[in-house]
Amino acid sequence: MNATSARTILICSGKGGVGKTTLTANLGIALARQGARTAVIDADFGLRNLDLLLGLENRIVYTAQEVLAGSCRLEQALVKHKQEPNLALLPAGNPRMLDWLKPEDMKTIAAQVGQQSDYVLIDCPAGVEGGFRNAAAAAEEAIVVTTPELSAVRDADRVIGLLNSQGIQPIQLVLNRVRPKMMANQEMLTVQDVTDILALPLLGLVLEDEQVIVSTNRGEPLTLQGHGAGSPAARAYINVARRLCGEDVPLVDPSKERSGLRAKLGRLISKNLF
Amino acid sequence: MTLRDLINRLLRRQQASGETAKQRLQLVLAHDRSDLNPELLQRMRQEILEVVSRYVEIDVDEGEVSLETEDRVTALVANLPIKRARSLPLIPGLGDSDQSTADPLRRAS
Ligand SMILES: Nc1ncnc2c1ncn2[C@@H]1O[C@H](COP(=O)(O)OP(=O)(O)O)[C@@H](O)[C@H]1O
Ligand SMILES: [Mg+2]
Repeated sequence: MNATSARTILICSGKGGVGKTTLTANLGIALARQGARTAVIDADFGLRNLDLLLGLENRIVYTAQEVLAGSCRLEQALVKHKQEPNLALLPAGNPRMLDWLKPEDMKTIAAQVGQQSDYVLIDCPAGVEGGFRNAAAAAEEAIVVTTPELSAVRDADRVIGLLNSQGIQPIQLVLNRVRPKMMANQEMLTVQDVTDILALPLLGLVLEDEQVIVSTNRGEPLTLQGHGAGSPAARAYINVARRLCGEDVPLVDPSKERSGLRAKLGRLISKNLF
Repeated sequence: MTLRDLINRLLRRQQASGETAKQRLQLVLAHDRSDLNPELLQRMRQEILEVVSRYVEIDVDEGEVSLETEDRVTALVANLPIKRARSLPLIPGLGDSDQSTADPLRRAS
């Protein structure tokens, strides 16, 4: 066991409902499948649902609250995923914990979890107040999730400013719910717009994908199925995991990939003529 | 995109909404990042105009003081068309400038 080896990564966004928890669950499973000992911490005490997305809601006995109070050992609170035993969840405690929880408490929890993990992912609550500050205090690096929408990007910018001032580094970007057709038609902020404005390295692009909802219904993250079988979002989450581990996986801007009739015709003509 | 949007865009009557979003975002972020509220910005703009117009006659209506942002760096950009230099700068305590002309902006309005 190596006490200092864990990478502790905050998954945050500012705005709610942009895909933090979905990313945490899918990235957690993907990292675990790559063989990394991975722990996910639900730091959204007010509106916890990481347990649901992972399908672990019925197996929770203890939470971060009992660990902090010293009334159980960390091992008793961590819920191991059955299909992917490299992944463990530390469930969020009672929402009333918000009244007294301090940044130091989150640091303590994350450090304990980190002692037996390679990766610790912290699912951050929305907002920039106490809950965010508590979660951020425990992290060394961050992934900012946003969608290509005005309000989400604005809130992401605010969060990036706060992360910078706390010395969290590196901060990387995942752009979620990308609609290539709308982007190509300039009916939406483009990938380039968002990365230019936020000035962060892009760690991943996740398409708008109905399978995300299906997998949430089942409590089975898309990345459980592996690369081949997966939907576009599944592949994107797996690629995020690979890039996080330092693998050089090329990023393709889907709105620039030429599809549609005109591009197909173009390809056909160039193939047959040249 | 509706047919009407398409026609409008082809005729260049209307900008693509993605482009509008980008411009609005850049403007709002310039303000967010500088943490200046509109009132403070307005006051600063006023004072800058006052200082500059003690030295040169500027076109107050064409003048613009705004925030711009790029690569997470925010800049205050002043664009003040100069009509002509003042032969006698209106600096209090320098020469015998009349009190009533010491504030060229108030005089102009
Ligand atoms: N790429 C995607 N395609 C379609 N739906 C998505 C995608 N990402 C997230 N969602 C949906 O958006 C909603 C909010 O996601 P969630 O991960 O709970 O956001 P957050 O944790 O940031 O509040 C969920 O209903 C989820 O299924
Ligand atoms: Mg969430």
